[in-house]
Amino acid sequence: MKSQNRNHPTYWAFVLHRLSGVLLAVFIPVHLYVLSLAVTDGAMLDQLLGWTETPMVKLMESGLVVMLAAHLTGGLRLLVLEFLGWYDWQKTAVAFSVGISLCVGLVFLLNAS
Amino acid sequence: MAEEMIKVSVWRGDAEGEFVEFDVPRQESQTVLDVVTHIQRHVDPTLSYRFACRVGVCGSCAMTVNGKARWTCRSHVSNVIEDGRIEIRPLESLPVVKDLVVDMTDFFDKWAKAKGSFVPTATRNDEMAEVSPRDKQRRLADAGIECIGCGVCYATCDVVKWKPDYLGPAAMNRSWTLVNDVRDGGNEERIRAIAGDDGCLGCHSQQGCVERCPQKLNPTMAIAGLKRETIRAAIKGKL
Amino acid sequence: MENVARSETWLWLAQRVSAMVLAVCVIVHIATMIYAVQQGLSTAAISARISGNLMWLGFYTTFVAAVSIHAPIGVRTVLLEATELPQKRVGLLAMLFGLFILVLGFRAIFGLYGMSL
Repeated sequence: MKSQNRNHPTYWAFVLHRLSGVLLAVFIPVHLYVLSLAVTDGAMLDQLLGWTETPMVKLMESGLVVMLAAHLTGGLRLLVLEFLGWYDWQKTAVAFSVGISLCVGLVFLLNAS
Repeated sequence: MAEEMIKVSVWRGDAEGEFVEFDVPRQESQTVLDVVTHIQRHVDPTLSYRFACRVGVCGSCAMTVNGKARWTCRSHVSNVIEDGRIEIRPLESLPVVKDLVVDMTDFFDKWAKAKGSFVPTATRNDEMAEVSPRDKQRRLADAGIECIGCGVCYATCDVVKWKPDYLGPAAMNRSWTLVNDVRDGGNEERIRAIAGDDGCLGCHSQQGCVERCPQKLNPTMAIAGLKRETIRAAIKGKL
Repeated sequence: MENVARSETWLWLAQRVSAMVLAVCVIVHIATMIYAVQQGLSTAAISARISGNLMWLGFYTTFVAAVSIHAPIGVRTVLLEATELPQKRVGLLAMLFGLFILVLGFRAIFGLYGMSL
């Protein structure tokens, strides 16, 4: 039996925060490069943007928004914990973070389609 | 009447070794320490393990039971058994001496490295310090002083597993109790000792330590407090 | 030894402070994107929003600057914990990553700002 220490909410909060962070770190250079195409090759950008109209891409974009929101809410939880001290509702806050992230992603998805 | 037997898988060896299976008769109110004791007394006297008080006040009997670090004297078989099986291996993140015994040197060395010892400022000729138990700092210190150095939090902490020089939850929890001890005079050096990525800044608040501490202490909260002190010291140029 | 702890402490603080800045920027950005996507994304739409607009220029400059501090420090931590790479190498990689984001980002923003439709 491998380590079974990890089945608690704050551990998963950490995993989500780290994974979303790494994903965003990979995405951002790509994002900034594509954006710079607006300046250097507007036609190419419009072509790419057209490609993003497909439902598959819309879904991936929503996934990114969820990741961003998750990283943000997880980060806010950490900032509160580290700078404002300890409260018992921390675990509930984790649940809220996840919930809000998903909602934001949904709003994006709904608006995008 | 057939006796119910527990299938117990015990680590034998040191860093290299193997799990050996034993059948141990199940009894009412049996603890995992009872199980280990039974094996050593009636089945295999060469099994090495640590214990002392047997009643949950010394922390010597900490081991990894079915994947979780716990005090074996306070772990009832009925609470940990899975499908009639128990797996017992030594505490993680510490070198194995033999079988279920680990070398606690690193654990206590880090305690010292984190300046987890009291630095007196008064002499026997001075009046006794008057510290109200309701005093804010005293309450913060009191929240952490029941640590008995059992190593469960250290064995559980992910960051300890990833970074061999990370001071760990117990050492820093102790430092925090001293930071909040108004009689102590060693805080400048202490903050310097726990600053940095191998100190309090390496904690990612996963709180495995909080989950598993048998004394219900909160090292993550202590470390968060240390983070604030570290930043204060950095801004004041005291690091 | 102490100097290492000191520089690590300032990195940690920069991480946290940039995080607070980003918290604001990200909320604004997500709101903007939800609105923008609804209006339809195109080169023209993007440059229409930003070109000649000092407010957006200021906003995005702050945003990129904060990301170029926050992301590399985060990546540095992940690399130090998840790989066996030496500390100096990781520090260098993180710094290069930060410069990369800064250059890419400013190129995009100032380009868009200066564009006339």
